[in-house]
Amino acid sequence: MKQYETVIGLEVHVELATKTKIFCGCKTDFGAKPNTHVCPVCTGMPGALPVLNRQVVELALRAGLALNCQIHQVCKFDRKNYFYPDNPQNYQISQLYLPICHDGYVEIPVGEGRKRIRIHEIHMEEDAGKLVHDEWSESSLVDYNRSGVPLIEIVSEPDMRTADEVIAYLEKLQTTMQYLGVSDCRLQEGSMRADVNLSVREIGNPNYGTRTEMKNLNSFKAIAHAIEGERERQTELLEEGRRVVQETRRWDENKEASHSMRSKEDARDYRYFPDPDLLPVCISDAWIARVRTKLPELKEEREARYQAQYGLSKYAAGLLTNDRALADMFEATIAAGAPPKKAANWLTGETLRLLKEREKEASEICFSAAHLAALIRLAEQGVIQSQTAKEVFAAVFADDADPEEYVRAHGLGIENDTFALEKAVQEILLANPKAAGELRDGKEKVMGFLIGQTMRALKGKASPERVKETIQRFVNG
Amino acid sequence: MQLTQLTAVELGTKIKSGEIGAVEAARASLEQIGRLDSRVQAYLAVEPDKVLLQAAEVERGIRSGKYTGVLAGVPIAIKDNICTKDIKTTCASRILENFVPFYDAEAVTRIKDAGLVILGKTNMDEFAMGSTTETSAFQSTKNPWELSHVPGGSSGGSCAAVAAGECFAALGSDTGGSIRQPSAYCGVTGIKPTYGTVSRYGLIAYASSLDQIGPIAKDGRDCAALLEVIAGQDPKDCTSMARPDTGFLQAVGQDIKGMRVGIPTEYLSEGLDGEVRSAVMLAAGYLKEAGAVVEEFKLGLMEYTIPAYYVIASAEASSNLERFDGVKYGYRAKEYEGLHDMYKRSRSEGFGPEVKRRIMLGSFVLSAGYYDAYYLKALRARACIKHAFDEAFSGYDILLGPAAPTAAPKLGTSLTDPMKMYLSDIYTVAVNLAGLPGLTVPCMVNEAGLPIGVQLIGDCFAEKKLFAAGAGLEAVRGPWRLPDFAGEEGHT
Amino acid sequence: MAETITDKTMDEIEILAKLCLTAEEKEKSRQEMQRMLDYVDRLNALDTKGVEPLTHLFPVQNGFREDVVCESTPREEILKNAPREKDGQFLVPKTIG
Repeated sequence: MKQYETVIGLEVHVELATKTKIFCGCKTDFGAKPNTHVCPVCTGMPGALPVLNRQVVELALRAGLALNCQIHQVCKFDRKNYFYPDNPQNYQISQLYLPICHDGYVEIPVGEGRKRIRIHEIHMEEDAGKLVHDEWSESSLVDYNRSGVPLIEIVSEPDMRTADEVIAYLEKLQTTMQYLGVSDCRLQEGSMRADVNLSVREIGNPNYGTRTEMKNLNSFKAIAHAIEGERERQTELLEEGRRVVQETRRWDENKEASHSMRSKEDARDYRYFPDPDLLPVCISDAWIARVRTKLPELKEEREARYQAQYGLSKYAAGLLTNDRALADMFEATIAAGAPPKKAANWLTGETLRLLKEREKEASEICFSAAHLAALIRLAEQGVIQSQTAKEVFAAVFADDADPEEYVRAHGLGIENDTFALEKAVQEILLANPKAAGELRDGKEKVMGFLIGQTMRALKGKASPERVKETIQRFVNG
Repeated sequence: MQLTQLTAVELGTKIKSGEIGAVEAARASLEQIGRLDSRVQAYLAVEPDKVLLQAAEVERGIRSGKYTGVLAGVPIAIKDNICTKDIKTTCASRILENFVPFYDAEAVTRIKDAGLVILGKTNMDEFAMGSTTETSAFQSTKNPWELSHVPGGSSGGSCAAVAAGECFAALGSDTGGSIRQPSAYCGVTGIKPTYGTVSRYGLIAYASSLDQIGPIAKDGRDCAALLEVIAGQDPKDCTSMARPDTGFLQAVGQDIKGMRVGIPTEYLSEGLDGEVRSAVMLAAGYLKEAGAVVEEFKLGLMEYTIPAYYVIASAEASSNLERFDGVKYGYRAKEYEGLHDMYKRSRSEGFGPEVKRRIMLGSFVLSAGYYDAYYLKALRARACIKHAFDEAFSGYDILLGPAAPTAAPKLGTSLTDPMKMYLSDIYTVAVNLAGLPGLTVPCMVNEAGLPIGVQLIGDCFAEKKLFAAGAGLEAVRGPWRLPDFAGEEGHT
Repeated sequence: MAETITDKTMDEIEILAKLCLTAEEKEKSRQEMQRMLDYVDRLNALDTKGVEPLTHLFPVQNGFREDVVCESTPREEILKNAPREKDGQFLVPKTIG
């Protein structure tokens, strides 16, 4: 059998974190009732006109500069014409001829080394609405809330060879976009979507094979499966001496198979032309400089800083910085007075464990840094035991409970901890057999000494009355 | 003199002084519509109750000082491709037959804010595609001067309504001559402003880079007054521009002594009807008498304007009209099998032949393999044409020429040969390609009793010069009498 | 001579433009389009070497709006003109078969 190589390029759509849509003032919030965040512009009403949101350009610029791109300082919008009901104008406003960014790159970790993946271009465009298929009535329902939500499409060169490289590239884009504040990049909510262009060729062949484009990939797992499936399919075709057809295929994760999306009515001729309703976008040197100086510290930089500044392990620093939300929480917790290593432990340990258990992401953390810091303080001061601390943290994690109030309300402080008290008393009585005997004989004056010893063992975190009661119970019991 | 014979500014002045009430004015227009429109068929929709309600509100507003403008209380008609909240807006197309916008076009908002009273929606060529108002899916408007002739198009309804005294002013739209040509055919005054002067928000697009809304009225002063109302930058249309020089009324009556007027020689050559040529020469004489210096010059590139225009306009139209698909509004076919069949049937049944013709041509010139040869080539030609005008305006203040090759043709004679119809736009499309303002002023009446108007073309943003020249021409020409239906009984 | 418009071209245009024509209409349209394109061909006589396509008339740029939320349209209004609707959404023939 011949040796084949897989060649993969990605088109990644990233939903921009703006308050409003790209061409109108409707909200971009996810999860609203159907057709409630819409207006004449984003539903394609007759006579409505698009007006570009400045922040979209700002964020696209931020993304482009962080991905080492060149900027087209005069860029334009084009119409991509195709009929589909999720597209209210039946054209999508996008950029074909002059995209905002071009010729960039990112570096991804591969094994012990790094690999450079080139970015062909980044362009701005509008998202489509949502279609819900009604299985019973042979019809579909259209909701335009998402119509006009701003996207950037990041188009890579065909520089990836394996599913692992693809995942590494996507993770890299994801963290970079999150750190930039460009997008939250959630795959499940569709704020990051990847189309995979894949071809195979015999090793040594300098030319690329015919590629297919795969859509509907909404998890890393699906992407990995789809790549493997398509690689196999194309290799088999070539082995059988057949040709790969250039087409778009839809991946079905349940069936773990893809099928062609071609249809007779699929024109595949988008008749792009400059949108006469929108003006050219001119990006000044000053604008670029301003965005460049405001670029935030990205993952790698923070990871290194956490090791140097706080003495964290590479592993812990890596875990903390995988998601900007977690890293931000880390820094906020330190700012609220927590020792860095303790904060790191809570965030990389319990926090990540509970997030995973609940299938949530760090950006969905609902507790405040102040409360995590307070919890750490209670544990440090010995007000609560480490086992109790986990119980309290669960409440902090779930409802952003105030740890001090929670401990008081639930009687979780060591002073209320009967087990801890009894254990301490028992130890004191065992360590002081003489005094214990005297007390048993009714010599009440040693009581003060025993209470004092116990209190010291409990670092004063108990009421003398309860200590006294407990001693009496043990001595008399 | 009948009330409906007043100009808009005259009426507005009388309303302001309290001599005439806004309700009275609206009633007069409604009566004229009732008397004549069954014959002229300028309007697609008039809702008298709504009109009188708005007139009463405006009348109160004028008294309370809410409306102070010169046109407050003046009844106006709106072309049916301009969105009016809660009033059907159809583009004279089956595909929008029942479409009721829930928003006003910006121009309509401004008209309402200025206290003008909206009488109704006027007929037009379907989606403004046509030169006779005969491509309307609903009716053919008649030329009030000769009911057997067309009013021109596509703003034929608006121009006929003004000419018949069925309104005091109207809004039209002009993509390739759709205000100037029917104004010439109907003996009224109309201006296509510089591209970007009036917001296109709510104007149902035909060709976005060419479309402009503009006023149609009895004279230049009325057009200036109405343009003052509707001009201005609109945050909802980024192609609209902030203009500091919108005091158009001031220009009316300004001395035009020494104004340099150029007549492109190409405008007087082959294909031009003798009477229209006479009208242009007559207008040249009027302007000279008013003190202007008139001479002929070679503009150049005339032969490229029609092909460039039809390629660009059709390309943009094919995309702009994609939204009419039977999903969100408008006509959906009764029977279909599946999504694409629904699209095809709804659109095939909903659009008329002229619209389909342009959609197909536009789809073709944008399609893979033809984009460069047709569309980009047309855009390059457009750049050359604009440059030719820039050169012309380095030597002349304004240009003078015909607005159409002939006077209004007879009904039913134009649609058989689409190519011939396209060629008749020769004197108007270049102005849209270059984004210039163009004003049509009635000049004479021909032997058949039809009016002939001439076109004055200005440099970008030079509407004031046009209004000054127009008023100069009017002053020498003398009073212009619109067709007099007085004494006639209305009958259908 | 301009590009020859064939029946196949007309079929493709029908798909692109989402129109369906009867055989008779199609032939008529084909001829009209051919005639128009032959006429448009005269543009080739114009030397446009080095001329940038004029996509925008005036040298104005950007025309941004700020990222500020405006009130959306009530759903009843948006759906008011819909040929068919269900559950606050536009109803269309099934999109995936």
